[in-house]
Amino acid sequence: MRVKLFDRELKKGSAELLILSLIEHRPRHGYEISKLIEQRSDGVLKFNVASFYPLLYRLEKRGFISGRWVEKAGQRRRRYYQLTAQGRTVLKEQRSSWADFVNAINRITGEEHA
Amino acid sequence: MSFAEWFSSLRVRTRALFHRERAGQEIDDELRDHLEQQIAENLAAGMPAEEARTQALRALGGITQIREQCVEAKRFNAAEDFVEDLRYGLRQLRRNPGFSALALLCLILGIGANAAVFSWLEGVLFRPYPMVAHQERLVALAGTSRGESGATEIAWPDLLVVRESCTQCEAVFVSKITSSTLNIGARAEVTVGSIVSANYFEAIGVRPALGRGFEPSEEIGSNGHPVVVISNQLWRRRFHGDPNIVGKVQRLNNVPHTIIGVAPAGFYGTFVGWAMQFWVPASMEETFESGGYKLEDRGARWVEAYARLKPGVTRAQAQEEVSAIAVRLEREYPATNRGRGMRLWPLWATPFNNAGTLLPTLEIMIVVVAFVLLIACANVANLLLVRSFGRRQEMTVRLALGASRVRLLKQLLTETLILAALGTGGGLLVAWLSRHALVLLLPARSGVSMYLPGEIDWRVMMLNAGICLAVTLMVGLVPALQTRELQLADALRSEASAVVGARGRAWMRSGMIVFQVALSFILLVGAALLMESLEKIRTTSPGFSTTSVVQTGVSLVAAGYDAPRARDFQDELMDRVRAMPGVESAAYARLSPLGNGSYSSTPIAVDGYDVPLEDQPTVEYNQVGPDYFATLGIGLLTGREFTRNDNENAPLVAIVNRTMAVRFWRGEDPIGRRVKIKGGWARMVGVAADAKYESMREDPKPFFYVPLRQDFARGPVLYVRTTQPVRAVAEALVSQVHALDANVALYELLTLQEQVNRSTSPQLVAVTLVSLLGGLAVILAAVGLYGVISYSVAQSRRELGLRMALGADGPRLLRMVIGRGLRLTGAGILLGAAAGFVLTRMLGKLLFNVSPHDPVAFGSALAAMTIIAIAACLLPAWRATRINPTQVLRS
Repeated sequence: MRVKLFDRELKKGSAELLILSLIEHRPRHGYEISKLIEQRSDGVLKFNVASFYPLLYRLEKRGFISGRWVEKAGQRRRRYYQLTAQGRTVLKEQRSSWADFVNAINRITGEEHA
Repeated sequence: MSFAEWFSSLRVRTRALFHRERAGQEIDDELRDHLEQQIAENLAAGMPAEEARTQALRALGGITQIREQCVEAKRFNAAEDFVEDLRYGLRQLRRNPGFSALALLCLILGIGANAAVFSWLEGVLFRPYPMVAHQERLVALAGTSRGESGATEIAWPDLLVVRESCTQCEAVFVSKITSSTLNIGARAEVTVGSIVSANYFEAIGVRPALGRGFEPSEEIGSNGHPVVVISNQLWRRRFHGDPNIVGKVQRLNNVPHTIIGVAPAGFYGTFVGWAMQFWVPASMEETFESGGYKLEDRGARWVEAYARLKPGVTRAQAQEEVSAIAVRLEREYPATNRGRGMRLWPLWATPFNNAGTLLPTLEIMIVVVAFVLLIACANVANLLLVRSFGRRQEMTVRLALGASRVRLLKQLLTETLILAALGTGGGLLVAWLSRHALVLLLPARSGVSMYLPGEIDWRVMMLNAGICLAVTLMVGLVPALQTRELQLADALRSEASAVVGARGRAWMRSGMIVFQVALSFILLVGAALLMESLEKIRTTSPGFSTTSVVQTGVSLVAAGYDAPRARDFQDELMDRVRAMPGVESAAYARLSPLGNGSYSSTPIAVDGYDVPLEDQPTVEYNQVGPDYFATLGIGLLTGREFTRNDNENAPLVAIVNRTMAVRFWRGEDPIGRRVKIKGGWARMVGVAADAKYESMREDPKPFFYVPLRQDFARGPVLYVRTTQPVRAVAEALVSQVHALDANVALYELLTLQEQVNRSTSPQLVAVTLVSLLGGLAVILAAVGLYGVISYSVAQSRRELGLRMALGADGPRLLRMVIGRGLRLTGAGILLGAAAGFVLTRMLGKLLFNVSPHDPVAFGSALAAMTIIAIAACLLPAWRATRINPTQVLRS
């Protein structure tokens, strides 16, 4: 129970960073982003739709990402999200603080193991 | 954020706000796309079509809930929530028309009463003069007399010194009310206007619509500049808007005046209460004021003035400078200025117009309308509480569907805000409709256009917006806080929880009723005190007869009579009047008691009475003719009346009142003693009883009389003591006057009782307003009480049915229900009596010979409140007795 709660909090804290990282180099649609998170984490990180899309919309609302509809022949119109300049700055900051955080945690948890 | 991003974000926000449906559609599209991609992936993994779809749907979760959360996340700003809540709130109001109408009515009355009083305060006290610039820096300038409270007029030469020396004042100007007979063609009418300093129009920032204002030279000399600026009203009404009016000649008080300008429409001069019809320069003072040429007489105080302070200067700073000027004048001119000072008054307390008279009433009204508003709010809060009880399930379901409590709170407050905003709108409409109500409460005067408008400007609007927000919080928070108690599980057992949950609210509702009754009770006590006071004022003897005596004016000034001709005319008219049938006696006097004119006052020296240097006695006096005391019914304690022999050739004589005799001769007989008045020694020939001179509420004060012939006035008041009805006297008088000279007009004919009533009109205004609003408050409280008792009867049907089944009869139930109402009322009355005991002291200024703790007032308020409470409880109590016990118990 406690481990589950811990996982949930970790996921919550890192979700924004994950989404921003995945669209850093090219625009992607919502389904693609959620699948990539699942695949690249080997199924460890998995967001349900009820929390994933609201998170996307909130990021858009805060101006970190912007979405636009793209229509291709023979398929339903699809919404692609890309990083804004502000989002790029935020991603840089979040990456660096995440790295600091992980290092700090590692230093502490590593000592315990030594 | 770059501008482009900010702009795009703004676009998204706006789109979200105004294209809510499209935003919802986009969420649907995106979720559907997600679902289809998942199905496609499942199919690709080899699942059968049906299975692929089922798995994809399962992975997606509850679509309604996801959609709701997505909408919530997309929601951009509070504005969107607000718009949605507004729509929802309006739907709710339409769905419950009975509730909405009652709540709105309460709020409109409550807020309307406030808005009306605020608009009166603004229009009568704070910004009383339409079109006059920078009224926030305008102050009234009046004189003071050492040892006396209140204000006096100022002498013209003193005013000129202030105007020249005051460095803190941007402008000092004179505006003294006067009246004139206006002859246009065959029609003559009495009308009011102002004698002003030449800088008047320039100082108030009003530019005449036609022609010009006055030039500096036009305030100098004795009757040297017969020029006049007329009001726009007069120009349209009497001159039919003649565009070539400037340069034409108009007779005012029978002196031809050249019309040099027409004031702009909407400008009514600078006298609270009356609309001025003309303005003449100070040099024409002699034509309009009795008492001769006064522009060089420092002892003649007749000027009423205003000063506009320079920006940033406070009244206290300017007062310091003006006081220093007054001290200097006192030092330089001790004969006329000893003990004299000058005081700057805020515009709302101007002592020489109706502002000062209405101020105490309007002050009380602020408290009264605040009470009415609180009572109305308590009613609406009670209504909302009952409704929140009915909406418990709706709220619980919304909580279950994922709405946050803050969101619900916002929604409830928005609903209340709609009510408050509609109430404020309605209230402002009430204020606008009642903007001229104050004038209706004051008795009409012939020749005077009363003008006391409420002003609904941005300040009044802001104040009402503030009230709207306060009402929203006061009224809305009570039921909104109830959502704290909501438990999700209640949705399943709403019936059971309703009764338990109602208990807290019942307590709150009862508390509000106690509060309403307390406030209403205080208002009832206030109304009762004011009524008693008015009754006392009107039944107290003014010291002269109010029955059988009529008064009127004979405008010899207007007819162009000089003093010798006027004397002859007055004597001849008097002989004719005395010979009229039914006339017992008749007399002249310069001024009538309790009238509008100001008595002359003079520094006096009394033979044998040593005056301390710092205490120069100044006493007011009236110029009266033979038989004055007999005609007015003022008792002569010793000595004699003036006779025709006390004329300009005879030695000066005077009659003092009792208070003056006691103060200066300390019980000795003053007959034969001398008093120095305006430089001449007059011998006492009589002592008259005290009377009321300027106000029914004044304390006895020293006063004396001199013969009219020895201090002559051409336009005196004529008193006739008669056994005939007023109408008959009026007709006879007109024919007598016209028999002597057809050009002489009579002023309004009044009985002395009417004169007394006119002088007590501020009290009448207070009584009417407090009684009206007190009545409104009591009705609102009764509605509240009725609501609470009805509701408690409806809630206790089972209990009441059980009691009936156990043998309680109708009268017993009736007593029980009414008893419940009376217990609440009793608690309210106790609270109200305790608070009222302190608060009624505020009425002090308006009360006359009535203690603020008068037991009769408290007793009658108690009786009225109890009867109203019983009446409010009767219907629900009767309903309780109609309960069918078997039916209720079975259900």
